[in-house]
Amino acid sequence: MQNGDQHYSMEDETYTDIDGKAISLECQSHSGFCREFTVSSAKVSIGRVMVYTCAVWLSAYIVFFITENTAVLSSAIIITLVGMMVHIHFVKVDHETLLIIGSLGVQVSSSYASGRESTDFIEMDKIKDIVINEAIHMQTVIYYLCILLKDPSDPEAVSSVVPLFQSSKPRLNCLVKVYKSCQEILAKC
Amino acid sequence: MVLKIFFPQCCNKADSGLLVGRWIPGQNSAVVLAVIHYPFIPGQVKQYIHQMRGQSGVDLTVLGSWSMPKEGQEGMESFLRDLSTIFPQGQWLQLSREMGKIGFRCEGEKGGEKDKVIFIHYEQRKVMLSQLHPIENGVPDPQTESQLPQVFGTVCQSEPLFFLDKYDDSPVKLTHWQSEGREGSIIVELMKQASTPVCLLTTWILTLSSVCLPRILNVRPMRFISSKLSTCVQLSYRTEHLQTVSSPTRATTHNHFMRKANIFVSFFVDVSLGLLLVSWMYRENRIGKLANTLVPAADHIAKELEELLQWLMGAPAGLKMNRALDQVLGRFFLYHIHLWISYIHLMSPFVEMILWYVGLSACLGLTFALSLLSDITALLTFHIYCFYVYGARLYCMTVYGLSSLWRLFRGKKWNVLRQRVDSCSYDLDQLFIGTLLFTILLFLLPTTALYYLVFTLLRLVVVMFQGVVHLSVDFINSFPLFSMGLRLFRSYRLAEGVKFRVLCEEPGTPLHLMMDINPLKVSRVVQTYRTPTYSCYPKDSWLALCKKLFLGELIYPWRYKTTKID
Repeated sequence: MQNGDQHYSMEDETYTDIDGKAISLECQSHSGFCREFTVSSAKVSIGRVMVYTCAVWLSAYIVFFITENTAVLSSAIIITLVGMMVHIHFVKVDHETLLIIGSLGVQVSSSYASGRESTDFIEMDKIKDIVINEAIHMQTVIYYLCILLKDPSDPEAVSSVVPLFQSSKPRLNCLVKVYKSCQEILAKC
Repeated sequence: MVLKIFFPQCCNKADSGLLVGRWIPGQNSAVVLAVIHYPFIPGQVKQYIHQMRGQSGVDLTVLGSWSMPKEGQEGMESFLRDLSTIFPQGQWLQLSREMGKIGFRCEGEKGGEKDKVIFIHYEQRKVMLSQLHPIENGVPDPQTESQLPQVFGTVCQSEPLFFLDKYDDSPVKLTHWQSEGREGSIIVELMKQASTPVCLLTTWILTLSSVCLPRILNVRPMRFISSKLSTCVQLSYRTEHLQTVSSPTRATTHNHFMRKANIFVSFFVDVSLGLLLVSWMYRENRIGKLANTLVPAADHIAKELEELLQWLMGAPAGLKMNRALDQVLGRFFLYHIHLWISYIHLMSPFVEMILWYVGLSACLGLTFALSLLSDITALLTFHIYCFYVYGARLYCMTVYGLSSLWRLFRGKKWNVLRQRVDSCSYDLDQLFIGTLLFTILLFLLPTTALYYLVFTLLRLVVVMFQGVVHLSVDFINSFPLFSMGLRLFRSYRLAEGVKFRVLCEEPGTPLHLMMDINPLKVSRVVQTYRTPTYSCYPKDSWLALCKKLFLGELIYPWRYKTTKID
């Protein structure tokens, strides 16, 4: 690559999330102690959007046919538009990024389908460790990567847990790669 | 540990010189605040830095040298290295940048491994003006404080360093965010000059009024009335606010400043909305028309109540009432309504004038107009309140009597000493009379219960309306408009944290990051900067309220919270 980074997008291994949908992982190494991991979920599928829109409008037409009130149609249009805007701006996560900078901190960011980004930065002083935890969810056992934060009063205790990649929910093989990279950097600094 | 250098963006293109800043203890980081250019006299530089250290309270030192050679300027390397002997300190940084290249280079004493340095670029003006949340109260210990608050604190406190600009005739020439000349605005300066005499005048007026008013208000009946009328409560609350805003001393802490600004803006918006309302109402004599509809409205309500009572005295909803009790209660309430209507008709010639003068007090603010509305509703529906109290007391007595006689029926008694139900042996005549009374009360229960139900529902409707008005008054009082405006238009001033972005760099240069400010979320802005008010909130939970309604206890659903004192 022309710039000093190294990209790895794992084409030989396909990753899936816990529901079986395909996701992709991209690792970027900016420097010896600065790495960035991006997990991208599937984009909004046009087929599903069309199915939902048609279903809503069909039911609106049926109601209009029965009641002869045009407000039903305009409200159906408004509901569809508002619902779509709310979905892409607040609900649908496009990709999640983890940027780990040795001896500075960890930045966790979610990018939504409309382009909105929500970022959180945790300083290295507050981080105790990055681990893979397991959780029992309904009838499955799922693994998730999380950051353990130190308790300011007691350095040995864990005050809270910040789970990572909550929307994309990658499986263990993907998490292990990220975990190994992060542990290398945490060990260095 | 990796060496972190916080470098201001304004100095990216600065000429070669010395770096001035602060080392953050324990974190192996340095914050660069300004660059001092050649030519300089080392003695004068040391004196200037010592002076700045005293003025700002920040531990300023010369961090190292900065070299950005222009065309024709060469051979600075040895000169720069010799400088480290003139300014002795722990670690000497040698930052350099070449024309045409983007990345910096750093050579430290420990051999300049490019892998162990991070350059973090920050925008100096924004970091200086911003405030990190959550705000710590008190002075934090520099040893245990984490890195980012220390960086923000350093830049914020170094304001005296940024006073000298390029056009000043001083021995030391600096580059920082204000080196192109200090910014100012005439309007802001004029307002600052005008604010002191205005504040003094307002404080004087307030002290005068605070001396006179308590004499009037401390008479017993006035105190009771003024605690019940929400307009008086709102007036006292606003006077307190005025006292906070008009204090002539400047706000020292960030919280205090935001509180003053929020109160001032909310006051301003309130008064302007109130004046708008007054100008709309008094045009075309709308207030007269409103006054003329008040008495017919009260009449209409009374007529509706009479019809309701006639309905209850008949066979309401097909239920069969006890005729005698029904007639008694119905006539009792009808007589009350008759009295009320007579009083209203007595007052009707004066209503328009009273309303005209009282409506002028809406000039003081929209909140006053709303409190007045709530008070007028309370006064006009006073008879509904009275009916509710009568109905509730009657029903309450019935229920208590029934429960006590039911215990007698089963041979038990309430032990007041032990607060429990005990068995008790009654005489025959006690049992006889008790059972008789129990039967009477039981068969009269539907009638009293129905009257109670109807009047409670009416009372709840009025209470709901008053509650909505009070909630809107509370909203106008407590919503932090200034903080919200700051968050929307100058979002860097309220910071929740920072965001880092990796800047594209060339191979062979250390890592460069751009530090942006992550603004505070809107919900947290409202939560942090909300002005504490005397807000009314429900005293009981829903379950307790239902229980009280069932037993017939009088409910006063809203309770005023006293203002918190910080």
